[in-house]
Formats: sequence, C-alpha cells, structure tokens
Amino acid sequence: MSLLNVFNISGTAMSAQSVRLNVTASNMANADAISSSIDKTYKARQPVFQTILNDFNFGDSGTVGGVRVAGIVESQVPASKEYQPGNPLADEEGYIYRPNVNIIEEMANMIAASRNYQTNVEMVNASKKMLTETLGIGRG
Amino acid sequence: MNLNNVFGIYANAMNLRTHRAEVLATNIANAETPNYLARDFDFGSALEGAMEDRSGMITTQANHIQGGDEGLMGQDLMYRLPEQPSIDGNTVDLQTERAEFTKNAMQYQASVRFLNGKVSGLLSAIRGE
Repeated sequence: MSLLNVFNISGTAMSAQSVRLNVTASNMANADAISSSIDKTYKARQPVFQTILNDFNFGDSGTVGGVRVAGIVESQVPASKEYQPGNPLADEEGYIYRPNVNIIEEMANMIAASRNYQTNVEMVNASKKMLTETLGIGRG
Repeated sequence: MNLNNVFGIYANAMNLRTHRAEVLATNIANAETPNYLARDFDFGSALEGAMEDRSGMITTQANHIQGGDEGLMGQDLMYRLPEQPSIDGNTVDLQTERAEFTKNAMQYQASVRFLNGKVSGLLSAIRGE
C-alpha cells in the first residue's frame, strides 16, 4: 500500500523539523551566555536539510523520498566583544564576549519550523483519512 | 465477466492518485531543503498510459522478455515551474502543494466512492434484490 509511504515521508519531515526546533531552542537558551574568551563563546547553530532519495524508489522514472538533517553548522559571525570591567567573567582587559545568536532570526526560524511541522501532521491525517476510506470499500 | 472490466478505470486511477500523494508529500516534506526542486506528473496522460499498458507485452517465445508494468509508475516526474523561487534554490510553494494535495485526496475519495457504488451494484446483483 503506497499511501503508507506518505506516513514515512511526512514522518521524516516531522523529525527533521523537530531537530530544527531543538537547535533553535538551544540557540535561544544560550543567547545571553557570555564568556571570557572568544573560543569558549557559544556559536549559533543551524541544521542543514537534505532530501533522502534512496529509500522509496519507483523504477527509473524518478524518486520520491523524505528529508533528513545532513548536519548542523555553526554560524561564522564573530562573537561581539563588550567592555564590562565589573563583570566577574571579564578577561584581563575587561572584555566579555556575547554569542552570535540573532534572537529575531531564531524566532522566525521557530515559527517556520513549527508551521512546517503542523503541515506535515495534516498531511499524515489526510492520508489516514484516505486509507480509512479505502478500507471501507465493499462494506456496502 | 471480468472483474477488471467492472472496476475499469478506478483501480488505475486510485493507484496513480496514491503515487501522486507520495510525490506531493515529498514536495511538502522538502519545503525547506536547499536546492530541492518541486516535482509532479501529469495525471491525465499518466492515466492514459496506464490504461493502454494494462494488457502488457505479448510473449510468443519462452525466452522473450516479459514487459514490465512501466505504464503505471513509469511516468515521468516533471519539475514544477517556480512562481517565487527562493535564494537557496528551493522551488516548493507550500500553498500550491497543499492545495494540490487536498485536491488529489478529494479526487481519490471520489474514486473510492465510485468503486463502492460498483461493489454495491454487484452485491445487489448477487443477492438478487
């Protein structure tokens, strides 16, 4: 029954989007995690999505498949340096380093991820309805 | 009487509809994948192909190659023309895909209803009601 493949496809998308939500949550949680050296400062992370083409093969006409997280990349934007000599975490010169997390970007990311997740849930529900209807064929 | 003739076009149509549901689900799953190109196929011509191919290839010798059922799933997936391509190379328009998916699901259900009508017709013929 190939309608069940829709469950798999949407399932992969749901797990990919939940990884993205997790990463966004991690970024937001660490947005104010200051540190005393530039190497130890938290860097914003972003997942990179990739299509899975091997799993659901339908002959040589082309393939359909889900999505997966190919990797998580760290943002290369330099951490911002701030002069706060009174801060207990300040280095010898009195500077602290703030993570390169852009809260507005992260909020937009969070909304996009949750909307996408919802769409895929609806997709599963629609296929479930189609399958239930099919199971009822011939019941009279 | 051949049951294939009774169910006629609906069996093929439902197979193609489920395949299209998969293709559209793939598009939606990859709505945010960089460089993913949205795909779809022409349902009308695919159904025509499926109806023609039903008889299969005729073999007159034992070593003839049996024709595959290319007609049903062998139709070409085409790339959708993007209306608002994004800078990451993704051409999925979520609204279009969702609308198409819903339309496809409704048409699938229509086929199911028609098939159900055929079955209940047969049943009442069997029972002699």
